[in-house]
Parts: sequence; C-alpha cells; structure tokens
Amino acid sequence: MAVNERIDKQDGLRIVTGSPIYTDDIASPDALVVKIMHSEHHYARIKKIDTQEALKMPGVACILTYKDIAAKPITRAGQTYPEPSPQDWKILDEYVRFKGDDVAIVAADTQRHAVEAMAKIEVEYEVLEPVLDFMEAEGNKAVVHQEEDCFAHFDFGFRPKENVAGSLKVNIGDYEKGLKESDVVITREYRTQATHPAMMEPLTAYTYLDHVGRLVVVASTQVPFHVRRQVATALNIPMHKVRVIKPRIGGGFGCKQTSGAEFYPSLVTLKTGRPAKIYFSRNEVFLAATRRHPFWFELTVGATKDGIIKCFDMKARSDAGAYGEHCWTVLEAGAEKCMALYNKVEGYRYDGKALYTNRVSSGAFRGYGKTQNTFAVECIVNELAEILNIDPVELRNRNIIREGEVLRIGHDHIYDAAVMRQDSCKLDYCLKRGAEMSNWKNSESGKTSSNKAEGTGLALSIQGSGIINLDSGGATLKLNSDGFFTLLIGSADMGTGCDTILAQMAADALEVPYESIVVNSADTDVSPYDDGSYASSTTYVTGTAVVKAAADMIKRLKEEVAKLWKLDLEEISYREGVFTGADNEIDLNHLSYELNSEQISVTRSHKCAKEAPPYKSGFAKVEVDLETGKIKVNEFNAVVDCGTPINPNLATVQTQGGVLQGIGMALFEEINYSQSGDELNDSFMTYKLPCKKEAPKINVEFADSYEPSGPFGAKSIGEVVINAAAPAVIHAIYKATGIWFRELPVTPEKMFKALKLKSNQE
Amino acid sequence: MQISMIINGQEKAFNVEPDEYLSDTLRSAGYKSIKRGCDKSSCGACTVLLEGKPILSCSYLSFRANGKKVTTLEGEREEAIKLGSLIIKEGGDQCGFCTPSLILTTIALKRENANPTEEDIKHYTNGNLCRCTGYVAQLNGIKKYLGVE
Ligand code: FES
Ligand code: FES
Repeated sequence: MAVNERIDKQDGLRIVTGSPIYTDDIASPDALVVKIMHSEHHYARIKKIDTQEALKMPGVACILTYKDIAAKPITRAGQTYPEPSPQDWKILDEYVRFKGDDVAIVAADTQRHAVEAMAKIEVEYEVLEPVLDFMEAEGNKAVVHQEEDCFAHFDFGFRPKENVAGSLKVNIGDYEKGLKESDVVITREYRTQATHPAMMEPLTAYTYLDHVGRLVVVASTQVPFHVRRQVATALNIPMHKVRVIKPRIGGGFGCKQTSGAEFYPSLVTLKTGRPAKIYFSRNEVFLAATRRHPFWFELTVGATKDGIIKCFDMKARSDAGAYGEHCWTVLEAGAEKCMALYNKVEGYRYDGKALYTNRVSSGAFRGYGKTQNTFAVECIVNELAEILNIDPVELRNRNIIREGEVLRIGHDHIYDAAVMRQDSCKLDYCLKRGAEMSNWKNSESGKTSSNKAEGTGLALSIQGSGIINLDSGGATLKLNSDGFFTLLIGSADMGTGCDTILAQMAADALEVPYESIVVNSADTDVSPYDDGSYASSTTYVTGTAVVKAAADMIKRLKEEVAKLWKLDLEEISYREGVFTGADNEIDLNHLSYELNSEQISVTRSHKCAKEAPPYKSGFAKVEVDLETGKIKVNEFNAVVDCGTPINPNLATVQTQGGVLQGIGMALFEEINYSQSGDELNDSFMTYKLPCKKEAPKINVEFADSYEPSGPFGAKSIGEVVINAAAPAVIHAIYKATGIWFRELPVTPEKMFKALKLKSNQE
Repeated sequence: MQISMIINGQEKAFNVEPDEYLSDTLRSAGYKSIKRGCDKSSCGACTVLLEGKPILSCSYLSFRANGKKVTTLEGEREEAIKLGSLIIKEGGDQCGFCTPSLILTTIALKRENANPTEEDIKHYTNGNLCRCTGYVAQLNGIKKYLGVE
C-alpha cells in the first residue's frame, strides 16, 4: 500500500541538491528581461507618457504603454469561468489605481539595460484624490473605477460607482427567534490586517514562441488552465495559440492563483517574437502582488445561560484594493462555514461587502476569508465562555457539529441534506484530544513569576475540500512499455507534495508499486483540464479523478486481455499487476508489449459534489513578558480531521507550516502605512516573518477519520490548518493577562501599552 | 572588470560590473542552487560559502570575491544528499525554494562546530527563512544529520 504511507516527495532529491527546477532557473539565458514601471501615485491619470528617449537606450527591445494596446478588461483571479470576480483590470491603462500599479512595460537585453531605459521614460500625471481607508470607501467621491467598460459576469453586488466590488447577504434559519431565546447577547468588533503570502519564490514567468509560432508560457502558477484563458483573452489571441507549462513552484499560498506576472512577458514575446522573462524583486512582490483581504467585523452572538449558542449576526467589510480579484468569493467563503461549526443555532445572518480602495489588490491567501472570519467567530465564542463562566472546551462541546449532522451553510437552499450531511466529522475528538495534549485542565494561567505570565488558549476551524458543483479536476493514465504508468494531471504542486500523493493514490488504485507511476503536471497541451490547485481541492477533487481513472484503466486493460485470449470479460480477473484467465496469466510488463500497437490511456474528471470539510482544533501555549510586552508561543497542539491522511509526513508538515503562518498573523505580520498612506514595510527586512527562533514546538495529530466520498477516505488539509492559530493565540494571551485583543497583530508594543493601561486602571 | 574565483574547487574568470552582486554573477554562470528570495540580505536563499563561511550573495559585490574560494551547493553534492535525504524523510522539503541554502548553511555549521546544540542550530540557521514548513521538520532532519539529540 502507498496511501497513508510516509513516502518521500518525488522531487525531493532535485530540491535538496539545488537543481535548476524553478521557472527562472530554466528560462533561456537569451530571454529579454521584462521590467514594469510602477506608479508613484495612489491614484492618477496618465496625461502624457513619452518613451522616445528610453527607446533609444542601448539594449532596449520594446517599451509598451497603454497607448500601444487596446486592452479589454479582465480579471486576473484564477477562477473557473465565468469568474465571480469583477472584470476590472487591463494590462495597461490610462489610469493607475494604486502606488505600484503598471505604467509601462520595458523589455531589454539585460536587467541593467531595462532599468536604465526605464529611468528615461517621462510621465506626466494628473494626480487624483485617492480613497485609502476601506471603511470610508463606500459612496466616497473618489471612485476607483470610473471607466465604463468594467463589468461583472453575473450579479454579485458589483457597484463600482459606489466603490462596492461585491456584496453578499446570507440568512439561515430564524435569527430573531434565536435572539429572543438568548439570555446573554454580546456584540464585538474585530479587525484583521493585510498580510503577505510571502511565498519564497517571487512571481515569475518566462515566455517564447515554439516551432509553429504558438506562445508558450512557463509560469510559477497554481492555475495553468486559467492562465491560458486569461492570457488569450487579455492579449486578444485565440486560446489554441497559447500553451502554459508549470515547472516546480516555490510556494504559492494563493498569491499565484492570481496571474500577476504572466501577461507581461507574453505581451513582449508576441510583440518582438523573442523569448522574455520577468522575475519580480521582493520589493515588487510587496508593491504589486496580492495579499490577504483586511477585514472589519461586527459580530453578535446570543446564547442561553447554560451555554447553548442560539444565534450569530455578522457584518463584514473587506478591503478589495484597486482590483476586485477574489473579493466576492472571499466574502462568500468567510460567510459560509465558520459560524456553522455551531450548528444548534436558530439562525445566522451575514452581511458582507468588499470595497474598492486605492491600495494594492487583495486576493487569495491560504484560508481565503475563513481565516479572517474564524478569527472573529472563535474569539467571540471564547469571550462568551468567559461571560457565561463556562469552560470554553465545555461550551464548544455543547454546541459543535458532530458526525452525521447537517452542515448549515448558505447553500442549504440549493443542496439537499445528503450533500450537507457530515459523514466524517471528528471535531469533538479533535477538541478532546487537543485538550489532553495541552494539559488543558491543569495548564497554568496568569502570572507565573514576577515578570512572566502564561496561558493556554484554543480555537476550532473548518474549511472546504473543494467548491461544490464548480471545482473539477482531471487525471489521465497511460500504460507504457515495461508496464509503468504515466499520470497526467493539471493541478499544480506548489510544494505541498500533491504530485506525490496523487501518485500514491494511483499506485494503490492500480495495485502497482508506487515506483511504477510517473507524474507529469502540468502542461495545458498534455494535462487533462483541472481548475488548478486552490480551494483545498487537489487531494479531494483531483484525487477522486485519479481513483476513477485507475478503475477505468483496469477495466480497459481487462477488455484488451479478454480480446487477446478470446475470453469473456467476466473471465478475467486482476490483482496487483497480473491478469488471470482460466489457464493464462499475464503481467503489466508483458501486456504492454502485447499492446504495443494499441495505446491504452484513460481520462476521468471529477466535479466536487459533496460538502466534505476538514476540521481542526488548535491549542496555543503562550508566555507574555510583563515588562516588555513580548509574546512567545511556546507550544502549539493541532489535531486535524482530514479524513485519511494520504501521506502523514506531508500532512504533518503542511499543518506545521499553516500553524506558523497563523502565528505570524497573530503576532508579527502586518503592513504599516506612513501618514501619506505609503507602505512602510515593503521588504523582508521590515515585514516580519516568523524565523526559527520564534517557531514553537508544533505537535500534530490526526483524528481517525474516513470520508466516504473522498479518495481513500481523504479530505483536504491545506487551508484548515492556518485558521485556528490566531484566535487560539489571542485566547491564550487573555488567559495569561486578562486582556482581550480584538485587532491583529498583537505586537509587543500593543501588548505593552495594554498592560500599562490595565495596571493604571487597577 | 576582470575577476577570478575558485568556485567549487575550479578557478573561473568573470567579467563583472563594479556594482554587480555575486548572486547575479553566479546564477548567470549556471549555479542555480543560489535562489533569490528577497535581494536584501533577509531571507538567506542566496547563501554561498566564501572561504568556507556562509555569506548572502545578493548583497555581496562580486569584485570583492576576487581571488577567493566560493562554494555553492553544486560543489557539496554528497553532503547535500546526506542531509537532504534526512530532511526529505521528515517531509521537510516542501516548495524547496529555501532548502538548498539551508543545507549549505548547515554544512558550514557542521564544519565550524562539531557538537552543536539545538539552540546553536536555530541560531546559526535563523536567517534561512522558510514559509512552508514551520521549521519543525527541517530542524528534525538537521538534528539527525548533526547527531544532536
Ligand atoms: S536573496 Fe539574499 S538574503 Fe534573500
Ligand atoms: S520549503 Fe518552501 S520556503 Fe521553505
């Protein structure tokens, strides 16, 4: 068996020896270097742009401005067509809508030449009044999208004239009834900040024309098929003229689910016929790549005095930034499930809006709205426990969703209960086990010495395993000489190891050794269509396609064997690479040669059809230095219900990585702005990522869970692991100090001030 | 300007600009184990060894390396596989963008300090940022490699 084994990642050896496997490593040395000239203003119209002098500079191959292209509005969001994101972005536009927006594209022989030429471009701006605070954006006289040609494929509340990029209302059950039945009702405001995905490999793409003149885009992307469509649409060429190849990716976390780099070299290659590449500097990643949507929440929860949660009401506002990539779906994902962990309520209400500002666009980032919403929901549940004087573990025990129950979310009017029934839900176990691991009952809380205080806090989380009726994945299996199989997939391994786990599934489903599976992902000319790697869907959705394809492959091969032996299909059996008839036997190796004149390959797709979310509990142990405000997470215990972990090693490390990102969000990471609204920390020197010394011991366990609708019982893991971390840390800080923080991140400075204020009041 | 370096034991000549950084010189010469994650000496991805000591090549001017010994991970294949395999066994090779530099730094640590503690390892490799793993699996692999309990 390969599934549930700690198998080494396929690309491991090439990775650890530093081999050239990433986009920039394999780009041709002759490729033109593409650089973007970024706007210096938050909001402006380009009155005049003069490239005459720049064009005369040595090494310059081409310079493009909005005058050179008749761009159509598209969205860069890598989502299934028709995308639920506003079509509001053009490769180059007369208007620049945030500091860092694209003004011109320069391509030259070397980086030096490109930078020198760029300095000669003269731009005259008409500077416009920007709107920088999303809480003031709605109805502001500064309108971010004044152009008439932006549009939405369908109605998701896109009202650009009012700076509303998308809105959403959800109403489930009878909220008023729940409110009436509540003895205690509390309302709180919460805020989450913009954080950077900070994948280590910046945005990058490399392009060239192949032997028949088709555009080949080699890109570090999570969504090859969406890139193909977007590049074709934006450049106004037929889709069959574009091929997208994804090599190894140096991390994505959602940031590479938006096409941030691909258009620029593509445009240059089409204009010049020459290979071209772009490699964002880290500063440019900060300047122009998408980040997590900042949110404001006003949340009300009602409960009886014996701790039955009766209702939730949430108002949410998010900062979409200048372009609305993913803004509406982030609202939707956030509105969907976090409150529904507590499914005994009478009613939920949600009212969300994503607002345009003259800031860098927000976009997809691991957790995708659920991270922010979970923060608010889990924080208020912990506050409620305190007010009710009920142990927070016990309070959750009385309210959480359990196996066999129905998940109540915004879709329940569309899907029947069978789709929403939780056939695998071990959240209660995750809670119990996490409490044990953290010694919850006897854990220290409060002051432990003259200058130290400790506390343990907890939170729960949920995510999806793919979007119902939308997310689809494909798998092609091909039998080759010698009896090995090629597995062609269109999902994008961004480091998670999905190539490896899909091969594990294929091996088990085909009953062959793991080594007999060769994976190729992804190349839009070769791979079956796949939405790409996002929405936690690869294991569950593409994995199911792999299992289906394997079953079909065995059936097809049986047919061939039956033909060979002139027997009926029923007379052929298959086990572990060997076909058996009444008195014959043939293995895959020999069969592949017998079939040399007949290439057997099968392709199957799978569309997500069931709501099979993973669950997690997170317990944080923190220590607060009462003199300096420094907060240290000493230990984090995570118990995850992801169904069957296909590769426990990889699942464990994904959990640890996600937890640390969540801790980063809780304590360190945030964009700071100057008085004039400029970003202050736009490099790794100033934007604080957690280092080894700040990383706690992160213990991970898995619940013994099996999801019948998933491949080998699996659900997703990629995103659920980040969500509970920040609220658990906030809870632990409260347990240590008695102070509730409702805004992230809690820096030592904020902690220090809060401690001062508290001691003054006492 | 004309310089020469002894790279992984072989003397090589380069024509570099006065303001050119070592990471760029070496990457264009084909040493792709050197990654560029931040261009500001903050992430460690561009680590090379200069006379055996780790430096950040994204902020080290190439001409300063004139006549010096430079080691990249390409020159440490055997050790890379040894340590790398232990990291792989832990599942600590995620996107891998940070891994070559971490491995090279650890090799330098091993040569500098025969008996490091876990704290020593964390201190020595603290500048090698990783966004994927949460560091636990990487550390476990390194501890096995260095024989640290
Ligand atoms: S690229 Fe040199 S330290 Fe980051
Ligand atoms: S493995 Fe991706 S950054 Fe370390």
